[in-house]
This record gives sequence, C-alpha cells and structure tokens, in this order.
Amino acid sequence: MAERILTVDNLKIDIPVPAGMLHAVQGVSFKVDRGETLCIVGESGCGKSLTSLAIMDLLPGKAIRTATKLELDNENVLDITEDKMADIRGNRMGMIFQEPMTSLNPAYTIGNQMEETLIRHRKASREEARDRAVFLLEKVGITAARSRLRQYPHQLSGGLRQRVMIAMTLMCGPDLIIADEPTTALDVTIQAQILLLLAELQKEFNMGLILITHDLGVVARVADRVAVMYAGQIVEQGSAKQVFENPTHPYTQGLLECIPIPGKTARGSHLGSIPGIVPSLIGEMNCCHFAERCSYASNPCHSAVVDLRPGFTNAHDYRCVMSPEQCADNLKQKVPA
Amino acid sequence: MSNVIIQAKDVTKTFMISAGFFQGKRPLHAVNGVDLTVNQGDVVALVGESGCGKTTLARMILGLEPLTSGSVEVDSKPLAGQNRLDVAKLLQPIFQDPYSSLNPRKSIGSIITLPLKVQGDQNPDTWRRRAEEMMELVGLPRRVFQNYPSQLSGGQRQRVAIARALINRPRVVICDEPTSALDVSVQSQILNLLQDLRSELNLTYVIISHNLAVVEHIATKVAVMYLGRIVEEADTETLFTKPQHPYTEALLSSVLTPDPNLDVPDTHLGAAYPNPVEPPSGCTFHPRCAKVMDHCSTRSPKAIPTSEGSVECHLYDKAQGAAA
Repeated sequence: MAERILTVDNLKIDIPVPAGMLHAVQGVSFKVDRGETLCIVGESGCGKSLTSLAIMDLLPGKAIRTATKLELDNENVLDITEDKMADIRGNRMGMIFQEPMTSLNPAYTIGNQMEETLIRHRKASREEARDRAVFLLEKVGITAARSRLRQYPHQLSGGLRQRVMIAMTLMCGPDLIIADEPTTALDVTIQAQILLLLAELQKEFNMGLILITHDLGVVARVADRVAVMYAGQIVEQGSAKQVFENPTHPYTQGLLECIPIPGKTARGSHLGSIPGIVPSLIGEMNCCHFAERCSYASNPCHSAVVDLRPGFTNAHDYRCVMSPEQCADNLKQKVPA
Repeated sequence: MSNVIIQAKDVTKTFMISAGFFQGKRPLHAVNGVDLTVNQGDVVALVGESGCGKTTLARMILGLEPLTSGSVEVDSKPLAGQNRLDVAKLLQPIFQDPYSSLNPRKSIGSIITLPLKVQGDQNPDTWRRRAEEMMELVGLPRRVFQNYPSQLSGGQRQRVAIARALINRPRVVICDEPTSALDVSVQSQILNLLQDLRSELNLTYVIISHNLAVVEHIATKVAVMYLGRIVEEADTETLFTKPQHPYTEALLSSVLTPDPNLDVPDTHLGAAYPNPVEPPSGCTFHPRCAKVMDHCSTRSPKAIPTSEGSVECHLYDKAQGAAA
C-alpha cells in the first residue's frame, strides 16, 4: 500500500458576503498518496482553487475553514498555529500558481527568492542554498543556471518563469506540490514541456501532486486519480481511466461532450453543451447542485441532498441518484445521435 | 462562391522598441510580409505561439493599427481612407482579455447597446429588448443588464464582449482568443453560437486561437504563424491530416486530447521561442526545428504553393534539391 501523504476529510469553506453565507466548498474529501497525481477539475467558481488554498492555509482572511480531518503525512495540520504552518508551507508543501509573473516578486532576483526558502526552513547557508538553486534550475531544464540567479523575473519568458517557480517549490524537497493551473498562462508547446517536467520531477522526488485545472486534456494525460468538482462539491472521483472512459455523473459526461476532439468530433458539428448556469452558493441548498442543469433530473433531485456513493468500483465515487448502469446507458444513447 | 471579403497583401508591421536608456530604438518586425485572403463565409484561423504576430495582424485588419507597408482591402475597398463607421458595420472584434476590453464605468446594458447608438440606430425603444435577446443568446442572465463589468466573472465579461460585437450583426467578426477565458461548458456554447450565427447570417470569422482542438473544430482554413510570417496555410482538413511544416507538426503534437491512455507528448521544441527583436538568421524556425538542414540557417525559405495553400520551408523547395 502506497504511503498516504495528504488526507482531506469533509473540508468546508464558508465566506460571509453581504447577501448571506457563501458556501464555497461543501464537504470535500480526498486523499493523495506519495507519487500519485490527483487532478481536481471543474469550472470557475466550483471551489477548486479555494480547496487548494485551504490545504495551504492561505485562504483570504474572512473565509472560514472547517474540516473533520486535514493531515499531511499523518500529522494534523488543521488547528496548528500560524508559526507551525509557516514552517510547513514552502517546506513540506509547495504551491505553483497560474501566473508566474504575479507569483514571483519582481523586486528580487531569482536567486534571492529561491535561496530564501532553504535559508528560512533549513537554516542553510547562502552558499548551500545557492548550490541547491543551481542544481534545481538545471533540473528544470534552465541553461546557464548560475547566471540566471542574478536575473529578475521580468527578464525571463513565461515558460522560464514557470520553470523557476517549479524549481523554487522543490528547494526544500516537499512531500506535496499543489499546482493551481500551472500551464494555463502558457503556450501549448510550452504547456506540454512543463507538464512533462512536472511528471518527471514528481516521479524522481516521489512527491504527491495535486493539479488543479479546467483543461480535460491535461487531466487525462497526467492524472492518476481525478476529482470532478461542481458548485463546491466533488461530483465524481475515480481513476483517470475510469472517469474518462466510463464517466458516470451527468456533469462529467456533459463536460466531456463539450470539448472538440480532433479526429473524433465531426468538424463543424454541434458540440455538447450544458444549459443553464452554475447555481449561487449563497445560503443552504437542499437538492442536487446539478439538478437545474441536468437533463435527467427528476423530483428527488430537487428535493433532497445527494450524497457521494460508490460507483463501478471501490475507488470510484459519484454523486447522483441514478445507478451507475443507468448513467452508462444514458451516455450510450447519446453517443450515436 | 469565393467572394473575397478581406485581402491582405504583403502586410508588414514594425514596432520601434526601446533597447535601453542610452541606446537607440530597434525595430521589431511583428508582422513581416503576410498575405492573407479571407472569402465570404470562411472561418480562417490564425494559430501560433504568443508573440508570433497574430494579434497584430488582426488589429491591422480591423484598422486599429496602421500598416508599416502593404495593403488591406475590405470588401474590395482599401481599408485606409475608409470611414470608420462603415468599417465597423462590416468588421467587429472580440478581444482576448475581457478585463480590459470593457469600460468599467459603463453598465452592461450600455456597453452592449453602445454600437447601436454609435451607428445611429433608429429605434431606441428596441435597444433594451435587442440587448437582452443578445444577452440570452450568449448565456448572460438578464439581471446583469444594470450591473457593471467588475460585478461579473471573467467568463461573463467575455460574453458581454461577444454580445456587443454581434449586436449590429456584422459580416466579419475577428475573434482574438474568443474562448480562452471561458469554461469548457461555456466554450462549447459559444462555439455552437458562433457556428449558428455563421450559417444563419452568412458570417465570416477570423479566429485567433492557440487551442488547436477548437481551431480544428470550427475553422475552414488555417494559417500557422511563426515570428511574423505565415509558415503554412491550408484548409483545415489538409493541415490537420497532412501537416507539412515541421512547426505545424510540433504544434499539432502538443494538442492534449482527453485520452487517459496517452502520456504528455514531447514536442521536441527544445529551445524557447526566440526573441523577436533578434530573429534567428535564415529560416527563423531553424533553431527549434527537428528537421533542420545546413542551409536553413543561412537562407530564408520562400512561400511554396501547395495544392491547398502554401508552405514556407526548405524541405519542400525542390529547386534547391532538398525535396523531402
């Protein structure tokens, strides 16, 4: 059995807004093993980024985080002091953000920012830290690494900056990396390189990786496990193969029909779409969150909360009143049309 | 049916950029001698990496950027010297960044109805109704009519921009990354909408996108740009099944289809995108090219006509005895 690196159980994030309480994340649970890649996929506002910030305890001040369990390497990190959390953040958990220009400090050199991590957490000397920075910059494929240390973020291209970000998160050899849309701001050609790099490094350093993205293509290629989020909840969770080849939840099925696939989708044909808009998460919702937009919704969907339940296999959960077989049938009937 | 609606001939745009405090300005050839023909009803896609000049080219077609040299004709009339209102009736843009393309101090309603006002539409009573119909069409709830852009999500703002562009039912819509800011489920709605409007109103699109799956789906013709040049141009079918330029091949291999049985592809585009101020000698793609030959670094290739378009690569230059 693989070593568990992160356990998140029943994570909730509530944000007080003028109109009431915004339940941004409503009871999300997942686990990540060492060497495993979990992709959290969903559309804007589904709570995927807040979930990642909650794990790092970086939520905006007024957001309220509650959970039954939040463990990093079997250690509770839920109710620890900010001092202790600061020791963990950047040390045992690293985070890569979407836009490397805004997440690097423009006023400091690359070297300064990279070395700081190791000096802060490991009490390393400047020289040790510099050697480690050079080693990692070379690891992420940056040439002339030693001279790069003196450069400022604006002197680097987007792809290089993201490589620097990755190298920086690796400085302390973290157990877990959370990458929030790491390639969205990059060109497709660079995107492939960065993903390839992340996958290689993850294997080499045997880390857990949480990749947050809305790009299903990225998910399919890099994920071991996939969690599909919708309106603050996980609606389907399972192995990448399971979710992509036998999508069960109507939302997952809908998402997969929305994207044109070269060679499969007839050119110029109508793509699938999910009618309606995401429900407001302010106030209590005592129904299936997807019911308003679901073409299979029936009375029970509108009147009761739907819980996650096991799908085809033990490692596959979905949140729908229909049986897995029924969901699969729905999909089959749609395909030939 | 090949009614030419936009014809760009040998278009060049050179920006003079500052190279440093005490140094003079240096030229950056953002678009470097591009020919592009768009027929009525076409969906022409411009693809390429950031900095390849696709947005600059689109801005020149819209008349937002003066040409350094060359000419653009719209509906057989040169763009230069035409009344801007007339051009705006024909051509409408949808920009990439919905955060900067909407006036933050105007309500959504007034943003969408502004083109009607500008064009002197005669029925102000119908503006609100038409704006609301358009909002519904692009997936905006009617209640945001009175809201301001800052109250909307990025996706919703882009829909406002699309509604604004379409409200006067132009003939050509120039979409600069129209869906890259949108969620997948919304993206498909917008693509479907663009398709519907195209067939209903015989619209023509010039679409700039780096999402090749989207391009393959919606475009009829594709032009691949690299460092200010169109390096390959062909109809969509040919380009996606038989790419000729090595750069096109690399781009196509970087498309991530949602197939869990495949890994992340290696595009073999080792070196980073070159600095456009100092483009590589010869063929500008040669430092990254997997099929580079000796003379690629010294001689620039010329556009070679193919059965479906053109390709700019020494591999297909039979006169030089290097035919593939």
